[in-house]
Amino acid sequence: MIKINTPLSDKDVLSLKAGDQVLISGKIYTARDAAHMKFGNKPPFEVKGQIIYYASPTPTKPGKIIGSIGPTTSSRMDAFAPDLFKMGLKGTIGKGRRSKEVVESMIKNKAVYFVVPGGVAALLSKHVKASKTIAYPELGPEAVLELEVIDFPAIVAIDAKGKSLW
Amino acid sequence: MREINTSKITEVVSALCASAITNLPEDVLSALNTALKNETSKSGREILRQIIQNAKIAAEEKLPLCQDTGTAVLFIELGQEVAIINGNFNEAVQEGVRQGYKDGRKSIVADPLARNNTKDNTPAIIHLDIVTGDKIKIKLSCKGGGAENKSTIKMFNPSTNKEEIERFILETVKNNSPEACPPVIIGVGIGSNFDGVALLAKKALLRKVGMHSSAFSIKKWEKELLEKINKLGIGPMGLGGKTTALAINIERAPCHISSLPVAINFDCHAHRYGEAVI
Repeated sequence: MIKINTPLSDKDVLSLKAGDQVLISGKIYTARDAAHMKFGNKPPFEVKGQIIYYASPTPTKPGKIIGSIGPTTSSRMDAFAPDLFKMGLKGTIGKGRRSKEVVESMIKNKAVYFVVPGGVAALLSKHVKASKTIAYPELGPEAVLELEVIDFPAIVAIDAKGKSLW
Repeated sequence: MREINTSKITEVVSALCASAITNLPEDVLSALNTALKNETSKSGREILRQIIQNAKIAAEEKLPLCQDTGTAVLFIELGQEVAIINGNFNEAVQEGVRQGYKDGRKSIVADPLARNNTKDNTPAIIHLDIVTGDKIKIKLSCKGGGAENKSTIKMFNPSTNKEEIERFILETVKNNSPEACPPVIIGVGIGSNFDGVALLAKKALLRKVGMHSSAFSIKKWEKELLEKINKLGIGPMGLGGKTTALAINIERAPCHISSLPVAINFDCHAHRYGEAVI
């Protein structure tokens, strides 16, 4: 297990290889279809060095930090990812394969793609230590959240050299 | 006539939804445990362990198994000797879904193009059959969007043989299942018409994992197909391994002389369903 902390530097990213199991700590940001459609060229947070988690949780129960939170299918965000990598985004977390264009952009901009198993959302919620809505509350479950995660378990599925698990 | 109050229907549907989104059915859990014993891929074993552990945490803490608590799809058999009193039947079911999804994610938009969230996970999809008797039988599937997106329909010519249909099924599983959260459950509909075949495939998903068709030739085909699918190497979450599907269930229906429709509906390993009788 390799421990990494956000924000990620180019050096952090280049040290990761497809197949590596990592534990991510620090701030990460959730965004899925509806939020990406609103980003344009102005995402509502500084993307440099950051990781976007393609996810939207179930409601938070009283006294809890967050509801269940697992990944959604990454390929639906393929059209948006290259522009974000150009702005300095260093990683994405989701499930499933990515397009050729996304992989090419990851190589060019030094970024990495992590996968987490879909459908283990109750287990993953245990690694979230803080959560706040930072944009688009009107989107309900699709609002952008800033999460503070600790030892969030993920697998490097595509590294910055373009090597992939598929 | 037996009178059933709409409030009873709401209460039962609500309880079904609330339980389904947090509890993995016993047959699915048992199939996952068997898969873990047989799986040899390192990532496959780790993912299966996490899935089983997740089910334990979800049940203990009453947390949804998956953040996508799905569309509520209800198959309702309404006995013709039942008189629904004190309100509208459809509204009573929708209210049950509304209440039962209190802790579930609100995943429904009112319009597919405008995409405004209805904020209560309704409307649910209701398939109604009128049957003999004085009971209401309700089957629920909490159907996640990821696996649903990978489903497909093809209208074959009647001259198509079984081998061609098998090739279509295997090809679809190979191309589509990695993003459907494998190990998947596969429902196959054969026959009926364009709309009917999709419904058959969905109904096939509601058969208990491990339970085969009552028709001998179909039972044999289901077993052969499951073996072939699990040799494709897709594995848990598509990262390689022997466990690609936990079950493939086939349902058939009569069809037109010029048609041979085939539909494939995927469900993820968080295969949430339930049943109740009023």
